[in-house]
Amino acid sequence: MNQEGILRHSATRLLGLIPTLLVLITIAFFLIRVAPGGPFDGEKILPPEIRANLDAKYHLDEPLVQQYFRYLGQIITFDFGPSFQYKDWTVNELIARGFPVSMTVGGLAMILAFIVGTLIGIIAALRQNTAVDYSVMGVAMLGISIPNFVVAPLLILVLAVYQGWLPAGGWDWSIQRMVLPVVTLALPVIAYIARLTRGSMIEVLHSNYIRTARAKGLPGYLVIRRHALKPALLPVISFMGPATAGLITGSVVIERIYSIPGLGSYFVQGALNRDYTLVMGVVIFYGVVIIVLNFIVDLLYAWMNPKIRYDEVQ
Amino acid sequence: MSFVLPIRIFLSSSILLLAACGDSGSDFAKPREKRSQPVDLVLLENGLPHPSVLAQEQLVRRGNGEEPQTLDPHLAESAPTSHILRDLFEGLTTESQDGDIIPGAAARWNISRDARTYTFYLRRDSLWSNGDPVLAEDFVYSLRRSANPETASNSAVMLLPIQNAREVLAGELPVEDLGISLLDEFTLQITLTGPTPYFLGLLAHPVAYPVNRRNIEEYGDQFSRPGKLVSNGAYLLQAWNPRVSIELRKNLLYREADRTIIEHVIYLPIEDLSAEVTQFRSGGLDWTNEVPNNQFKWLQKHYPDELVVSPWMGSYFFGFNLATEPFVENPELRQALILAIDRRVITEKVTQFGEKPSFALVPPGIDGYVPFSPEYADWTQEQRNEQARHLYKLAGYSDDDPLRVEIRYNTSENHKKIALAIASMWKQVLGVNASLVNEEFRVFLQNREQKAITQVFRAGWISDYNDPYSFLEMFRTGHGRNDYAYSNSTFDALLDEVGTERVRARRERLMFESERVLLSDFVIIPIYTYVTKRLVDQRLRGWENNVMDHHLTRHMFMLKTRAPGAEPPVEPPADTDAGAGDSVVTEAGAFAEEATEEAAEETIEGATEEGAEGISADIEPPGQAAEQAPGNENKAEQEGEGS
Repeated sequence: MNQEGILRHSATRLLGLIPTLLVLITIAFFLIRVAPGGPFDGEKILPPEIRANLDAKYHLDEPLVQQYFRYLGQIITFDFGPSFQYKDWTVNELIARGFPVSMTVGGLAMILAFIVGTLIGIIAALRQNTAVDYSVMGVAMLGISIPNFVVAPLLILVLAVYQGWLPAGGWDWSIQRMVLPVVTLALPVIAYIARLTRGSMIEVLHSNYIRTARAKGLPGYLVIRRHALKPALLPVISFMGPATAGLITGSVVIERIYSIPGLGSYFVQGALNRDYTLVMGVVIFYGVVIIVLNFIVDLLYAWMNPKIRYDEVQ
Repeated sequence: MSFVLPIRIFLSSSILLLAACGDSGSDFAKPREKRSQPVDLVLLENGLPHPSVLAQEQLVRRGNGEEPQTLDPHLAESAPTSHILRDLFEGLTTESQDGDIIPGAAARWNISRDARTYTFYLRRDSLWSNGDPVLAEDFVYSLRRSANPETASNSAVMLLPIQNAREVLAGELPVEDLGISLLDEFTLQITLTGPTPYFLGLLAHPVAYPVNRRNIEEYGDQFSRPGKLVSNGAYLLQAWNPRVSIELRKNLLYREADRTIIEHVIYLPIEDLSAEVTQFRSGGLDWTNEVPNNQFKWLQKHYPDELVVSPWMGSYFFGFNLATEPFVENPELRQALILAIDRRVITEKVTQFGEKPSFALVPPGIDGYVPFSPEYADWTQEQRNEQARHLYKLAGYSDDDPLRVEIRYNTSENHKKIALAIASMWKQVLGVNASLVNEEFRVFLQNREQKAITQVFRAGWISDYNDPYSFLEMFRTGHGRNDYAYSNSTFDALLDEVGTERVRARRERLMFESERVLLSDFVIIPIYTYVTKRLVDQRLRGWENNVMDHHLTRHMFMLKTRAPGAEPPVEPPADTDAGAGDSVVTEAGAFAEEATEEAAEETIEGATEEGAEGISADIEPPGQAAEQAPGNENKAEQEGEGS
């Protein structure tokens, strides 16, 4: 794969980001406005004078189209505006504080899931149809089927409430507080990656070039490391793109159960509170993260799979 | 910044102590079961606990529901926000541990004969956390800021009793025309549009707190950040990590700093109720904001001493939309539906939290008001069912032609359970075919407001201030929250009278009468009155249950070890500088109200010879003011120079 090809491909992909985001912004902007009720509607009705002041302060008294273009003008400068709900903070500040937390928890969970998942998958593939294979994959199946809102409280109960080894929740960037959320988040992904790895590894192990390598008398571990691993991990890599995006943008369930100040809750709370600016900010941010991650996965894929060469695609 | 602990004590059993409280970094380390043994409480003469019973580290970690919206008191509206602001700031009035209104930044006040003019005399020893004295002009500036249309405060609705507030909020008059004026450096006067018995209570609300002008002019929107915020309350803002924690430290410049025992407060916003309970159980919290309904039985069994349930100022009810069939002009049917619900079953089997079954709108315990109780409240449920069946037939329904109706509520486990119970009771007693409709909160509110498709819907009200009027006014014709399409000129006229009535007893009678009218029109289906429910570490003392659910941290203290379960709550630290303290001030507050009434009564009963403007009752908290007025002036000046 040559340098020029990669550059040209990257440039095209990054340019394609702009129309995608514009569509995303437009749909999100009008969808949230269509939802009944506004940020200042509550069970307690505001007198008209006060309502008018609030609308004026946040420009909600302008026609919707005008608000849309005002918003577009604003986000060109990367300014997502003030949050309606968390009045002392701007949306930029909230994302800047929430994302590192989600990224740390999600990133660690992904790393853990990748290492443990591939290991389990490889072991199961090498011991195909033995007791080891069945028990490992049985546990993995269990990991996929038990939702994390069941696993999390169980872990808290045993490790935090009964044993007192770990905190039950909260956040201060300490390792102790990260353990439970990272593990909970990683469990189903470990299981999924293990299954993917096992399947593709078995397929690769049966292919002709592996047989050739073995026939040449290469030791078993070298065959795996040098020839089988890379192709066997291809499906895992393509799975990891969207999965990583899902993990690092924050899981609402995990954030609530462990009281973690990640990005996921801002999204849900923002939508429920009709916090227009916050929802928009998070949606746009998510959009960028997902597009960028997919792009990285494409590059990785090309590097790992000799069948794909971007310079050939014109 | 270093903080000197005035009540520092060293204990030989410090290991035990560490086991019990831990340090803030590893609070989770000890599960709750492994606590130390109880000790007896010793009180000093001034009502404070003896230092030997206090924990070495005076830290309290309070679960606080949601992330606060803001720490700008004038923009605050949610309960979690207000909890924190009550620790940071102090209004002209403040609250004692049982919720009574007591002098705050104002040492005393006079109320004019017509109950429309309040003159406040500030304490001369109050300081801002930056060392500036708290002056009357700070309050003038702050109330004007609060009412300023540019501030766009949601809570400014609470300022409406002040003269010209409505016009100022609407931008029709400049803020300078707001009914508040400066008399001298430490005296200010507030003029109201009409007698407002709960006005002193409103002044203890964040919307009326003072903010520091220099602070706001220097930092603008950013003034409420840690390291910048200047406040005048018992605590200072030390750290704020959104959705993680807000940490407060004791304010050593606070007027009663020597009586404030808790040194360090951590507010933790924990949205998930179960998560809050597990954090409490694992020792990471001393105080929860709430507990989930579905764990009540379990908690009652396993944490009987920690679980605290107490009446709250709110009512849970369902409403009829009188603008849609079948409820237009059909009081018999509405009454039948009200009667056919067994409230005892709902509170004991469904909600299970010791909520009180209710047949009225206003919850009991509000400022001495006794709610109207309809005659069927005293019947047995069999009698009510009997009458319900009778009325149901009278309304023209039968087993062959049953009523079909929709019960609408916003999505929530609790509402769903209650709606289900109601539907099945109606089915059982009357044969009504009720279907349930749940909607997302804001969709639900909009449907309620439009009054087009709703029939029976979930309603309820939790008041911001201690006055039954807050519950009654939303049934007025044309009120924004009158989703019932209720309109009764007698009721409206009664409420108008309430608005201008100066005599407390008469005002209460008028409210009682209007509640009677409302309930006799069968507009709402009262179910129960709310309770607050939380887990509190037994070592945390000094606070008391109150109907407002306001608990200032400065009243609290942390014991070294768990007090014996049977021991009654300890007499908490009092609220005044004077040693005699608490009871005196409380009486002063009560006295103030009584005096106002008497004064007003006089005017009304014909004795107008003194003229309307005459300030009749000069109210001073006995003992305290006399001792304070001359002496403290010097003291304030000295302290001002010193810092």
